[in-house]
Amino acid sequence: MNFAATLRIALLALRINKLRSALTMLGIIIGVAAVIVMIAVGNGAQARVEDQIKSLGSNIIMVLSGSMTSGGARGGSGSQPTITEDDAYALNREIDEIQAAAPSLRGSGQVVLGNTNWSTVFYGTSPEYLQVRDWPVIEGRGFEQAEVSGAGKVILIGQTVAQNLFGESSPLDQVVRINKVPLTIIGVLDRKGQNMMGQDQDDIILMPISTARKRVLGSSRYAAGRNVGSIMVKTKDGANMAEAEARMRELMRQRHRLQQGQDDDFYVRNLSEILQAQEASSKVMSLLLAAVASVSLLVGGIGIMNIMLVSVTERTREIGLRMAVGARGRDILTQFLVEAVTLSLIGGAIGILLGVGGATAIAQFAGWRTELSGGSIVLAAGFAGAIGIFFGYYPAKKASRLLPIEALRYE
Amino acid sequence: MSEPLIRVEGLAKDYVMGSNVVPALRGVTLDIAAGEFVAVMGPSGSGKSTFMNLLGCLDHPSAGSYWLGGQKVSALSGDELAVVRNRKLGFVFQHFNLLARTSALDNVALPLLYGNVPASERHPRAERRLTQIGLADRMDHHPSQLSGGQQQRVAIARALVNDPQLVLADEPTGALDSHTSVEIMALLQQLNREGITIVLVTHEHDIADFAGRIISFRDGKVIEDHGNAPKDAAAQL
Repeated sequence: MNFAATLRIALLALRINKLRSALTMLGIIIGVAAVIVMIAVGNGAQARVEDQIKSLGSNIIMVLSGSMTSGGARGGSGSQPTITEDDAYALNREIDEIQAAAPSLRGSGQVVLGNTNWSTVFYGTSPEYLQVRDWPVIEGRGFEQAEVSGAGKVILIGQTVAQNLFGESSPLDQVVRINKVPLTIIGVLDRKGQNMMGQDQDDIILMPISTARKRVLGSSRYAAGRNVGSIMVKTKDGANMAEAEARMRELMRQRHRLQQGQDDDFYVRNLSEILQAQEASSKVMSLLLAAVASVSLLVGGIGIMNIMLVSVTERTREIGLRMAVGARGRDILTQFLVEAVTLSLIGGAIGILLGVGGATAIAQFAGWRTELSGGSIVLAAGFAGAIGIFFGYYPAKKASRLLPIEALRYE
Repeated sequence: MSEPLIRVEGLAKDYVMGSNVVPALRGVTLDIAAGEFVAVMGPSGSGKSTFMNLLGCLDHPSAGSYWLGGQKVSALSGDELAVVRNRKLGFVFQHFNLLARTSALDNVALPLLYGNVPASERHPRAERRLTQIGLADRMDHHPSQLSGGQQQRVAIARALVNDPQLVLADEPTGALDSHTSVEIMALLQQLNREGITIVLVTHEHDIADFAGRIISFRDGKVIEDHGNAPKDAAAQL
């Protein structure tokens, strides 16, 4: 008996009980759709985290100004500038695990070019900043140590700034003004995209820290002294992040002359860890969906087994007749197995459509990033088929073992 | 004398019901030659149905031997019996046993499906049989759209489609009115005249009278086996 004929019989049998077939498929449909959505959401979350790690630079540890308590009122993070440029240089110099450390002093202002202008943020920093953030300069060059020491009037601009001020023309060697200070553009940064908060990282200007402090920031409270808002540290590849963090903390405490028992006046934040925590939470989410999916697939499978058992009983006379006209046990086994697998595969196909639709809808309406993969679709289809075989085998075997004489007489 | 189509020797069948062994057939020995039209009669419980099931290779005998067309089928396995049923036997049942929601044509072609007949040959062969029994215009009808007599004709076409050596009819007129019964018997007589061996089970003497030989069973044994001058069913219509 050939396969096409078997398949036709199976489809006919399923068509005869349309509603029952549809309800039987429901478990598989939900299960498969959940698997597809789960993998799409999981992949999307992972890809998002990976992108963010990439855009942030890998192995990043941030040192931030801590809180100060004055008059019993505890200020929040950064309420008092406590860390300095020199902390950054010391970290760079003294801790082996650190590949580069860059201080950064943040400000914002209006960038003016002729009669156009653009509001953006700028960072005063050291040449190491680009290294820390894995941020290449795609046009021109980065600034040098000499320009940091001499407060050179040079800046690097991000893609968004370049786009808004210059459009298609080259910004190189053009002079813009920030707070009336003329600054020459010596380089354009590569595109970074959004950070994990959805902020545009390309809307940025980088300049030597001394330039920011002495020329541009003017009256800001960071302008005085050597204070900076944050220090960004990149550890060497393969370095133990926890150890690097501990040694940084120790060095910072020494430099800030903190007594034992005294709170840190700075914060050390491992950004990769935060991202990894996010990744972990999205994995938990995926796992939850996986649990739902597997329960649904299991229930769907049991549903198929149940309906196939009913079907075998209902069609006992048909089985008897088929045997009487020459069907062997394995013909009957194949027939019912193909029927169960057809049921589960049709359910699987509907589930795949629903899952793809669901993943797209989630991306559209919930704004989550989802990534559909061909692998997950193949996996889901394979799973559906396997369930059909696994749960269809017992009823099919039962049908094939019927004795023709008893099956024919069955009322 | 040529070898008989059917030869059974000491054929017996016991049914085990719990701890009781119920003998249904207690040693039957007989021959049926090719081309015969045999009616098997007897009250219920006489063993005639058991005998038919054994002839039809639907059941294994407890003892005895059965040769069908020279092949000793009483020694075959279940799957081998399925092949014998497919190639050498045709069945007609009391309740037709047609597949619902399946066209007359597909019903007739069903045995070919299990006989490794190429798909392109199945429908032409089924069409030929349906035309032969006078249902050429009902090929696409489902059983529910056919009368009882027409359904039984479809079942007879199905029994004939694989050119069997033997057609076994188990009370083929049991579910039909008397006029339709005579029609069906006329068809079977016509097929017999064309050379097909038929064994028919019935408990109605009127029906058995259309056969050329009547074998009567009682208590699992043959009590009577005699030739009969068959009435012509076609003449009664």
